Amino acid sequence: MPERVTEGGGAAARRPGTRLAGFGLLAAALVALPHFLSFSQKEIAVFLVINVLLVVSYRLLTLTGEWSLGHVVIMGVGGYASAIFSKALGVPVPLAMLAGAITAAAVAFVLAFPLFRMKGFYFLIGSFAAGEVIRLLWKRFRIPFGGPKGLKLIPSVPDLELGPITIDFFEPVSYYYLCLIVVSISVFILYRIERSRIGLTFHAIHWQDHLAESVGVSTWRYRTLAFVIASFFAGLSGALLAHYIGTVNPNRFDVGEMVFVLIWAIVGGTATIYGPVLGVVVLTIINEVVLRQLGFDQMRPLFYGAILIASILFLPQGLESLVGKARDAWARRGE
Amino acid sequence: MTELLLQTLVNGVYAASYMALIAVGFVLIFGVMGVINFAHGELYMAGAYAVVFVYAEREFPFFVAVAAGAIFVGLIGLLMERALFRPLRDNPLGGLIVSIGFLLILQTLAVLGFGVRMEHIPPPTQQTLNVFGIEGVILPLQRLYVIVASVLLLGGLWVFLRRSKFGVALRACAQDPEAAALQGISINQAARIAMFIGAALAGVAGALTAPLVRIHPFMGHPVIITAFIIIIVGGIGSLEGAVVAAVLYAMVHTFVTTFFDGVIADIVGLLLMLLVLVIRPTGLFGIRDRA
Repeated sequence: MPERVTEGGGAAARRPGTRLAGFGLLAAALVALPHFLSFSQKEIAVFLVINVLLVVSYRLLTLTGEWSLGHVVIMGVGGYASAIFSKALGVPVPLAMLAGAITAAAVAFVLAFPLFRMKGFYFLIGSFAAGEVIRLLWKRFRIPFGGPKGLKLIPSVPDLELGPITIDFFEPVSYYYLCLIVVSISVFILYRIERSRIGLTFHAIHWQDHLAESVGVSTWRYRTLAFVIASFFAGLSGALLAHYIGTVNPNRFDVGEMVFVLIWAIVGGTATIYGPVLGVVVLTIINEVVLRQLGFDQMRPLFYGAILIASILFLPQGLESLVGKARDAWARRGE
Repeated sequence: MTELLLQTLVNGVYAASYMALIAVGFVLIFGVMGVINFAHGELYMAGAYAVVFVYAEREFPFFVAVAAGAIFVGLIGLLMERALFRPLRDNPLGGLIVSIGFLLILQTLAVLGFGVRMEHIPPPTQQTLNVFGIEGVILPLQRLYVIVASVLLLGGLWVFLRRSKFGVALRACAQDPEAAALQGISINQAARIAMFIGAALAGVAGALTAPLVRIHPFMGHPVIITAFIIIIVGGIGSLEGAVVAAVLYAMVHTFVTTFFDGVIADIVGLLLMLLVLVIRPTGLFGIRDRA
């Protein structure tokens, strides 16, 4: 069954040696990466790693067939909660981050009661409305959310003393490594969840919800579970973001940002776990490096929109389908 | 106090009239084509900029500018139908996503053409009327134009859909595209008409209200939220529901804004929508489930 879930999977990918070597290369590249970047590109790399967690967690929700428009607000819930815990209540930052993620999961659990009475388009609109309500509450209530200007001076991750070495997480490179570790572990957990019995049930609910119910699966319970898990990791990504940039405000988590997550997921494809990652990485490189270098600053949304339209019209299966094709071509080489 | 209540009522009628124009177009497009047009707010924005260009910069008469705006935005609608929605007819989520892409393009074009600063254009008339013959309850003539245009256009649309051959074809397509096609109705033709009318209504709303609001490339964002609330409350696919819900929502929003504040009014509107989604997902007038 898992083989059918992750489409393709040619002979090369299944050989454990090749796969291990691939992961080793990837890890080495990711560790070496920041040393080849300019300062502003290092910052982009930090945001990119955080966004990878955001979009991969989003994909877990889409496994059950539901597309939310509130995921970025849930990310914001994690950021706001972590900021409030650490700033107002004096909780140590790492614990506050975890508490922020748990808060995001708890909010998602409460929202699941009204939202999962809906499906499909209604869920899309409902999640959007619920997210907007949360965002407007941040905007309206100066205490404790800081109003339209949001919260500032959020404590950063404290320095880590390892014998003679002190790691200062104010440095983008250090923070990049911290995020890389947190995000790698999170993505691995999300991957294991998808491959577990629970993940298979998510797939079953997506493709055959009535059949799944008829064999005794509570679709409501599993949809809620997917939503809560996805929200936990979205909240974690929000907390990572908040303690890096030191500020959160309602506009940072508006529907415009949500559109980007949707674009990453759709352009990358959501059939595999690496699809959305491909989407966010490729589009961030195009957006931040290529278009910025070319100097089209004002026109960037236009290109972004055009890429989105072109990818839906001409590559409906996403970038990940190219990977599958390339792998098949590689497996058939020399035939 | 009576004066304030009556004044708020008058403001609510004005808000209802332009919201109804936007929401009915949105519902028409969804009903006939099954597409959620996320760029609908940007069509409204395009109508407002048409007035900036034709009326404020080229100094043509205001109503010429409004007509030009309606046709221009209608043509944008035709372009969207042909280039985006027709190839994705069997993919409703795809239609939603490409309309988001198109929204980004329209916003950027507005930024490139007019800049991000807000535009203020002088209203063609500063005249105001006293409503109910009371000194303190006023209605600017410009707002009356919007109300009258809304009533005329929506009334005309209603007659068109009930009485004309095209209108019947359109309603047939909304009910069952395949059966309609079997009866010899061109689905492409129906989609073109629906998209032109739907977009033009948004354009008219933007053009008529242009002198009354702040015009900027991102003004469509709150509009699309309003349209969502109205179609959910009224029932997806129901034109009558959209009109009733527009009046209801406009009244609630105007009164809450007057007596509390604008953000609270937005929250109340969204909660109203969530309530309808939970209790009666088909809305006040919706009969069947198209989603």
